[in-house]
Amino acid sequence: MKRFYQRAFKDILENQFLTMISIITIALSILIASSFALFFVNVGDLFSHWQKGIRMMIYLKADTSEAVRLDTQLRLQSIAGVHDAVYISKNDAMQRLKGQMQHHSALLENLKENPLPEAFELTLQPQTRNSEDLRFLAERIQNLPAVAEVEYGRQWIQRFSSVVDLFTLAGYAIGGLFFMATVFIVANTIRLVLYSRREEIEIMRLVGATDRFIKIPFYLEGMIQGGAGTLVGLGLLYLGYFFLTRNFESGMAGGLLTVRFFSAGICAAIIGGGAVIGWLGCWVSLKQFLKS
Amino acid sequence: MNEASSDAIIRMFHVHKRYGGKSALKDLTLDIFKNEFVFVTGRSGAGKTTLLKLLYLGEPVSEGQVLVDGVNLSRIDRHRIPDLRRKFGIIFQDYKLIPTKTVYENVALVLEAAGRKPNLIPKKVRSVLRTVGMEDRMGALPQSLSGGEQQRVAVARAAVGDPKIILADEPTGSLDEESAGVIMDFLDTFHTRGATVIIATHDKDLLERSRTRIVNLREGRVGSIEPNGCGNR
Repeated sequence: MKRFYQRAFKDILENQFLTMISIITIALSILIASSFALFFVNVGDLFSHWQKGIRMMIYLKADTSEAVRLDTQLRLQSIAGVHDAVYISKNDAMQRLKGQMQHHSALLENLKENPLPEAFELTLQPQTRNSEDLRFLAERIQNLPAVAEVEYGRQWIQRFSSVVDLFTLAGYAIGGLFFMATVFIVANTIRLVLYSRREEIEIMRLVGATDRFIKIPFYLEGMIQGGAGTLVGLGLLYLGYFFLTRNFESGMAGGLLTVRFFSAGICAAIIGGGAVIGWLGCWVSLKQFLKS
Repeated sequence: MNEASSDAIIRMFHVHKRYGGKSALKDLTLDIFKNEFVFVTGRSGAGKTTLLKLLYLGEPVSEGQVLVDGVNLSRIDRHRIPDLRRKFGIIFQDYKLIPTKTVYENVALVLEAAGRKPNLIPKKVRSVLRTVGMEDRMGALPQSLSGGEQQRVAVARAAVGDPKIILADEPTGSLDEESAGVIMDFLDTFHTRGATVIIATHDKDLLERSRTRIVNLREGRVGSIEPNGCGNR
């Protein structure tokens, strides 16, 4: 294997111009693809932040005894997908309402009795914060004997879920398209390299070189170029990110949104992915080239 | 199988080769024996180069059968072609040296491709380059060499893997008389070491001095065979 690496590095040095072209092409492809990915990651963060705010209110029937209430609380807490069920007494509910209606609290002062029902506020586990699961959960809770009403902003969540689903689908579709486009570009760039070296490859075959002997250094070159191109692409993206966040972050979403870069692990995975793309591009080109 | 055929390293039976509608070889039947030194001659377009190409599967036959060292080329698996080609050392008319590789690397490539142990390669390459008088130009690139020097490197590359058969396509075609003589001496050397040598040429001087079998092709057929000593040169 050491010999193959030596040949790969030597070939890279001997074909510096084409190697540079390959690396620049890969870098630009990765820059565009990872810009989209970074955008999706940050918008995804924003959605996730909003999703965390989803709550479900369970209003109890007026004549619910304490024993039944405690039993209902235990049953709610044991339902899969429920993170916690916090009891809100009639008084607590009134205090909350007063807090929300600070300028009209006088209206509430004139009430003879507290009309608000006892309730539980459900916080949910992340996997349950989608429209379908919430609907099933609400139906299940609605069947509990002490429950009068379940409220969770169904329409809003349905719309929100649709947007998230669409966004996720668009993310995957764009990611897939960019992946294919990058492989295609790399494959064509490597095909150029192969054509420029077709005489050398032909001579190798005539002197008894196996396809494996010919291919392995090309695969290594493809992986090295893929990795190097990705590194350059990510470096350019980081420069762009650094420039944007330094100058414009305070103005984004009223300062609520913190734009983040990929983690070190994700960066390493992208570089690895770039190497795989280089290999794949090489594989596609070599397959066609050596067949001819 | 008679005694003569069991000694044949190359056997061609009723071989036809067509390019489109045009026949390059017609019904060619020929045996070439182990350690034989054979000239294949004929005018331009007689089929000399085509004959050599059929032997190392540079081209497939259109009809008929070719056996090389007992291997029927019509039935050879694609993955066995490199093994077949390692039986040959091929000297091309246009040398076919890799321009980006040094003399040493061009020659060593054959041994690397054959999977020889890396520590044994330098010694073997130096030895064969010494034989052809190119040891002191090991680091040179082909374009810095004269035609005669490039042909010597091509001979070294053909011989370095100790092939059973050396094929040479017009090895002296573009060389002056002295350089041509040197190349023929090298081929003689490798022949005396045990290789079968097949040379395609229309160099009349070379043929007149020859004491070996000459296969004369005419329009794709064997026109005549001159059995000048059939065997060693």
